[in-house]
Amino acid sequence: MNTPSERHDHDHSHSQPHTEIRQSAPPGYYETMETAVRELLIERKLIGADEIRRQIEVLDSRTPALGAKVVARAWVDPDFKARLLANGRAACEELGISFYDDTSLIVLENTDTVHNLIVCTLCSCYPRPVLGLPPDWYKLKPYRSRAVSEPRAVLAEFGTIIPEEVEIRVSDSTAMVRYLVLPKQPEGTADYTEDELAELVTRDAMIGVIPVTIDNGRSTP
Amino acid sequence: MSELGIVLAVGEDAAFHAGDRIRVSSRSPIGHYRVPAYLRGKAGTVETVIEPTGIDNEQEGYGRNAGKKLHYYRIAVLLAEIWPDYAGSSRDGLRIEVFETWLEGI
Repeated sequence: MNTPSERHDHDHSHSQPHTEIRQSAPPGYYETMETAVRELLIERKLIGADEIRRQIEVLDSRTPALGAKVVARAWVDPDFKARLLANGRAACEELGISFYDDTSLIVLENTDTVHNLIVCTLCSCYPRPVLGLPPDWYKLKPYRSRAVSEPRAVLAEFGTIIPEEVEIRVSDSTAMVRYLVLPKQPEGTADYTEDELAELVTRDAMIGVIPVTIDNGRSTP
Repeated sequence: MSELGIVLAVGEDAAFHAGDRIRVSSRSPIGHYRVPAYLRGKAGTVETVIEPTGIDNEQEGYGRNAGKKLHYYRIAVLLAEIWPDYAGSSRDGLRIEVFETWLEGI
């Protein structure tokens, strides 16, 4: 494990002032539309400004750390893992992770013979209750189209080489079901505590584009 | 009819079951839909029936629920079936949930 100071790499010093953050371009088409719809809904008292702010708070409170907790629990507790694979949503709810969006969750286990990868070819469906907002590349067309047509090439670009004898399963989320990949527990972690294991599990491993390894744990902020 | 002798409503019982061979319809409706174009006409196998039943997204997209729910099915389709020149392993596959109205038994 790296110590915080080893991981805290900066290419600027804190005393150096940043460029002022400001909006220089006029709002785009969809931004204008969003503002107009939001203002109309508030004006007609269909929703309140506070409800919108609250929902943003809900979304912001979801991060990959929740998914990592789920994965680590599954690694240390075989009964929990069985429940998680049987009903992903119910098992997450057991850990106190609520589902605010009416979706169900299928958890896909990576094994020595199967590697799972998730994508949403139509838009950006993603297991937000357990992982938060998706990364930008997940929402862009190159990943969305190539994940289902040449998954092995996409994985290779993430540095993940899947042997020919391992079957790749790409799950395309399009409707009411969301997916979460349960990565393989890395070798040499049998004596790790649940919290130490959770530290190793990254967002990308739960999307299925990389494996979990001992050295790719989340860097300490 | 169920084991208890209960008569199920239309659509309450799943039309397809795990292991059934199916084909994704090759319709091209206008409007909101959730079945990706790359899957139209492709053959696969039902892996799981998704419970509970759901409202048809294509109706819901217009604020209608048509008063009737049907099942989604998690289906398995080989990538080599979808892309004839697929370069990876012949066992590589896709999994996706498809609403009952889009599946045809084969």
